Amino acid sequence: MSSDSNIDLYRRRFLSGTATAAAGMAVVPGVMLHEIAQAKPAGDAVSSDVRWGMLIDSNKCAEGCNDCVQACNDEHGLRGFDRPATDAQWIRKVKLKDKQTGHTQTLPLLCQHCEKPPCVDVCPTGASFKREDGIVLVDKHICIGCRYCMMACPYKARSFIHETLQDQMPHAPRGKGTVESCTFCVHRVDDGRTPACVEACSAENHNAMIFGDLNDPYSEISTQLKQHNTRQIRADLALNTGVRYRGI
Amino acid sequence: MRYTRFIVLALGMLLGTFTPVMADDLLPYIPEAQERFSETQGCVEETQDMRVNHMDYILHQRDETMHKGIRDKQHSLVECINCHVSDAPDAPRVSSEKHFCNSCHTYAAVSIDCFQCHADRPVETGSHLHSLSPTALSHRIKPAGEADTLTPENLQVLVSGGQQ
Repeated sequence: MSSDSNIDLYRRRFLSGTATAAAGMAVVPGVMLHEIAQAKPAGDAVSSDVRWGMLIDSNKCAEGCNDCVQACNDEHGLRGFDRPATDAQWIRKVKLKDKQTGHTQTLPLLCQHCEKPPCVDVCPTGASFKREDGIVLVDKHICIGCRYCMMACPYKARSFIHETLQDQMPHAPRGKGTVESCTFCVHRVDDGRTPACVEACSAENHNAMIFGDLNDPYSEISTQLKQHNTRQIRADLALNTGVRYRGI
Repeated sequence: MRYTRFIVLALGMLLGTFTPVMADDLLPYIPEAQERFSETQGCVEETQDMRVNHMDYILHQRDETMHKGIRDKQHSLVECINCHVSDAPDAPRVSSEKHFCNSCHTYAAVSIDCFQCHADRPVETGSHLHSLSPTALSHRIKPAGEADTLTPENLQVLVSGGQQ
């Protein structure tokens, strides 16, 4: 074994060892040690060592607050055409009401980035696919706009673009005749940042959304999932969603 | 019409003298790039290579980025646009023959559909940068190389597991 790989091994042991000792603890404000270890160089392919997921605490989700939706629209240049039935919508606020008690709560609903995505199963061209790191995407270069995936999705998470678009964002190409949905802000994630909705929620100090690696036992999301009772929406479908909810 | 042949010949010669000038006018006007790739090389590959093979480079990068998340900048369409198209508000859009891509593609009569979806000019997206939001959570803030910037105090905290 060369000395180089020894150094790597020591480094790995040091990092994993200290991460164990200080799981979830901040090195300096905002910088988590286990997170440093995950940085991916731009030229590297994503791997299945990571599975991105999101935890949404509906108790912290403020009724009437629309910041996550607005942040998503701004980030991806989603603009409506005054046609609510068909306007693109990657994330939406849903209000739940217990009819017996009258108790209401709200939560954001987005693509659940399933481990076994029905949209990928039904896609006739292979445009709908799941990346190695668990992010479900539409390759619009291959999408023929048949919308089978929209029919298959139990969460109504996908939109079809009916209009000719202009002034798209460079990191979010969108065009008429293709299906689209939440990408977990894949361009940000590959750059080591969090999705725009999560950032907006934290900026307002609501902190109802946590984004992170489900495969890393020391990530904040994994720690929270271990501590608290969380649920998948339509868990009966056994899709193993990447988005989990607390408080519903 | 005994002079017809002579007139035709004269007209032909006259037009012939102008023909090279007219061909020059038809050549595309290609806007200058913003910067050079390196001191010895103008574009990301040899210019001649780019003229012939740019579509293959972009197509390859397209699949690599879309499916594998490989985001090298060398053959990225976004970086082509950032370097070859001005971000001035009145800069030519792709519908204009003065747009970098369209200048040549009009000349070559090859229509492209890249810009039905992709941005045809640089867009400033800095306002969405994570660093502007100090309270934001991040799963991964600094690249691995910066792990060296631990202060002795923080290191102590880490090693002792937070127990002082």
